[in-house]
Amino acid sequence: MNLIFEESRAGRGCTILPACDVPETALPQQFARKAPLRLPQLSENDLSRHYSALAKRSFGVNDGFYPLGSCTMKYNPKINEEMAALPGFTEIHPLQPAHTAQGCLKVLHLAEKFLCEITGMDEMVFQPAAGAHGEYTGLLLIKAWHHSRGDQKRTKIIVPDSAHGTNPASAAMAGYTIVNIPSGPDGCVDLEALKKAVGDDTAGLMLTNPNTLGLFDKNILQITQIVHEAGGLCFYDGANLNAVVGVARPGDMGFDVIHLNLHKTFSTPHGGGGPGGAAVGCKSSLAPFLPVPRVAEHDGKFYLDDNRPQSIGSVKSFYGNFLVIVRALTYLLTLGKEGVPQVAENAVLNANYLMALLKKRYQVAYDVPCMHEFVLSLQDLKDSCGVTAMDVAKSMQDLEMHPPTMYFPLIVHEALMIEPTETESKETLDRAAEALLELYEKALANPEAMHRAPERRVIGRPDEVEAARHPVVKYEYDS
Amino acid sequence: MGSYIPSTPEEQKEMLSAAGFDSFNGLFSQIPESVRLSRLLDLPQGLSELEVRRKMTAIASENKVFPTVFRGAGAYRHYIPAAVTRITANETFLTAYTPYQAEISQGILQSIFEYQTMICELTGMEVSNASVYDGANAAAEAAAMCRDRGRTTVYVSAASHPDTIRTIRTYAFGADTQVCLVPEKDGATDASALKDLLEQDKTAACFFLQQPNYFGTIEDAAALGEIAHAAGAKFIMGCNPISLAVLKTPAECGADVAVGEGQPFGMPLGFGGPYLGFMACKKAMMRRLPGRIVGQTSDDAGNRAFVLTLQAREQHIRREKALSNICSNEALCALTASVYLSTMGPDGLRAAAEQCYSKAHYAAKKIGAVKGFELKNQTEFFHEFVTACPNVQKTLELLERHGILGGLPLPDGGLLWCVTECNFKEEIDRLAELLEEAEQE
Amino acid sequence: MNLPEELKYTKSHEWVSYLPDGSAKIGLTDFAQKELGDIVFVNLPQEGDSVEAGAAFADVESVKAVSDVYCPVTGTVQAVNEELLDAPEQLNKAPYESWMVRVGDISKTEELLSAGEYLTFLSGKEGD
Repeated sequence: MNLIFEESRAGRGCTILPACDVPETALPQQFARKAPLRLPQLSENDLSRHYSALAKRSFGVNDGFYPLGSCTMKYNPKINEEMAALPGFTEIHPLQPAHTAQGCLKVLHLAEKFLCEITGMDEMVFQPAAGAHGEYTGLLLIKAWHHSRGDQKRTKIIVPDSAHGTNPASAAMAGYTIVNIPSGPDGCVDLEALKKAVGDDTAGLMLTNPNTLGLFDKNILQITQIVHEAGGLCFYDGANLNAVVGVARPGDMGFDVIHLNLHKTFSTPHGGGGPGGAAVGCKSSLAPFLPVPRVAEHDGKFYLDDNRPQSIGSVKSFYGNFLVIVRALTYLLTLGKEGVPQVAENAVLNANYLMALLKKRYQVAYDVPCMHEFVLSLQDLKDSCGVTAMDVAKSMQDLEMHPPTMYFPLIVHEALMIEPTETESKETLDRAAEALLELYEKALANPEAMHRAPERRVIGRPDEVEAARHPVVKYEYDS
Repeated sequence: MGSYIPSTPEEQKEMLSAAGFDSFNGLFSQIPESVRLSRLLDLPQGLSELEVRRKMTAIASENKVFPTVFRGAGAYRHYIPAAVTRITANETFLTAYTPYQAEISQGILQSIFEYQTMICELTGMEVSNASVYDGANAAAEAAAMCRDRGRTTVYVSAASHPDTIRTIRTYAFGADTQVCLVPEKDGATDASALKDLLEQDKTAACFFLQQPNYFGTIEDAAALGEIAHAAGAKFIMGCNPISLAVLKTPAECGADVAVGEGQPFGMPLGFGGPYLGFMACKKAMMRRLPGRIVGQTSDDAGNRAFVLTLQAREQHIRREKALSNICSNEALCALTASVYLSTMGPDGLRAAAEQCYSKAHYAAKKIGAVKGFELKNQTEFFHEFVTACPNVQKTLELLERHGILGGLPLPDGGLLWCVTECNFKEEIDRLAELLEEAEQE
Repeated sequence: MNLPEELKYTKSHEWVSYLPDGSAKIGLTDFAQKELGDIVFVNLPQEGDSVEAGAAFADVESVKAVSDVYCPVTGTVQAVNEELLDAPEQLNKAPYESWMVRVGDISKTEELLSAGEYLTFLSGKEGD
């Protein structure tokens, strides 16, 4: 299909603004733009059709099963969208006086209160805009805490080899050296390796629990204890909280700082890559370092407190992706105390059910009950017929399913990481299992066809090598 | 209680048994008892949709929506065309994941490619990424892009938004590097101070300038950029996006990196977010640009195809060696900006910018004529300006009673006003009358 | 397997070619480029940089991976092959012509293998 620039015709457009109703003032020439302003010129009808066509060439949770491991692609409730579109939220300026923004501050206050209870933390902020941003914020809290104690020598963060790439990247941005520790044969943290890794240079540990293999680390209390005894702090990566929400709390596992992805566990949409929303929570000992401004309460009125001298500062403007927080709060109010644990129960049930169906043919990387997700290894299939995890993933596209996460975690060969989430029905899981089992047989019978997949999408596999070697990153106008 | 779980109790039982469990409890046997929550969470009872709507609507009504806004300072009320709101509400755009699977995500990828093109057109730069979190975050990421070997110190104009300065400082705390503020004088960045500071420092990585600056002043960006370059530092411009339609482009000012807060391109005020950090740079710095970048290529059959490219720069591949940790960005906001720019078109965007300029100048004249509200600076400005104010609290309270959000109080006692195409002449005239009233009271 | 006799090799799959002035050109072996697949970009050090035997001095990117390239000698970078920045595919097409850096002032050298020894090392690896 055409690019919007190729649809453009000089002279077309939409009528949006009235004529200027004050005397016009001309911008002095020395400040004026010289380059032409080349933007698309389309009628509103053509514009609308262009974007409809783009939407049809995309795939959302509304379009079908989306078992992307570690991404928690659950259903995004409609009421959340409507509440986030209320003019009483959308039309509020972030620098309005506090007495005119009590509702917004109450949203932040309630979300903090509920999420602290869910995670076992004492305080929580929403300024970070996404998961990685939350990790970074959490690590800065750890850094500021050590510095406040005059302890500058702690320069290392321990990260297991199964961690998301954002963990080591965030730690490096926070000025830390990364100590990677290998997972044990059971896929969990190797306690002996951890004991060897910690020392008086350990600033902290970053851990996802359940981890990226979908396994809950049963030694979690020992792990956090080992780190604490070495003088380090423990950071909980909340990417996989959906598995334990309402069932177990990071705060009770010994974690000092956490981040949450509101766009995973708390049902806010992914938007084709963002905006996300993050919450960073901590135990009270770390609270003085949280980013400013903080929501505070006095005599039943909320206000924004900027006067926190030990704060790390700000990681972005204002108070976070506020309208995302409105969605998450709407979700929490909907689910309530009984509904929250049911999320974890059914997410874990759906994962175990689907795993049980797939185990008939596929090899599971760790053949034990899983939490909210599990990892298949297609190494055997590849060895027997040359069909790779990529081929199976691409073939799923032709069956109107989004592929699982591929080639992650790095410690499993030919990995497909599957997270069905709690909002999928038994029939959907049955159909997905049936389709995947058929693909397995097809791989053995006709591997060539699998290498060609997908065949029913708008393009076949793109030439990524060419794209990277000779980057074309914008449309070139004929000038 | 609301729920989005489809499984009935019978189905749950059936599935549990198929998976080899006899109860939900068994599913969590991996979790040691010592960390299992043995009680219900202390949360309210769940609510039906009707109840949730009532509750949230009640909370929203505790906010005051000002019919008239003369406040900007980093968040701007511009007109959002209906097409923008409706098109971006499409469920597929809303609920899709990051387009790692190119074949099933061509629409999202193409929309980002179109966005990148539009940002390059506006800034004059050669490469744009797919967005970062917001303008302040984009500024901090841009500063990180410019740190290279011995050059680590970031110079920031004191006439930048306070949140931007604070964010750059926080990121510098992470990177164990220094930030140096370049003083402001009479509403503009002090060029001779910049020169003096940079001349003494061989560790200068970059100089960040906001254009127009926090006080609304149109800076002599090209001259300031030259000073930075002469000292071997990179030049970053943080731009108001609407102003790009009429002001010299960052490329024309010699910038190496152009960033900014994209909220004015179709995003509501929303109490501060989600907004849009845009980032673009010269080709020479492309590999240091953080975040996702969409590239054009082809498939086997020769069809035009779009992919996430240059991924080996990013955290999921480079891990601790990545220059940035960004993963999720603000994709839907970038789409919003593209739809906004396509709806406005070149003429519409220019009209919006020109109206901001004309109306701000009209308002400055009206407000500045009121005794006690004289303009503080004699500099050229775009759509924001600072006036004195004899009694800030009294003035703002009076305006509030009339449904007007007045200028932002500054620490020195002045007010920072903002006027956009949304402010009609009668509102500006009424504002001036009310200020007269406030002054006379 | 293409293994020119006149070059020396490392167990981390770099080749070394000594020049008459005592400096050494360093590149990636044919085995390495095949393992890496299509190379799309290379990050090189700058002239004048110090490099250390056994430490990474460059990295090469394929579409979905990045791999460090280790320096077999300690010394100073005297030249970098900037042509590779625009044409990384040369590392795949002509691995032994695609030198990455020339290092001089060499003060220390890691254990280097002859072509024969490297071949033996590689055949041992295949059994892994």
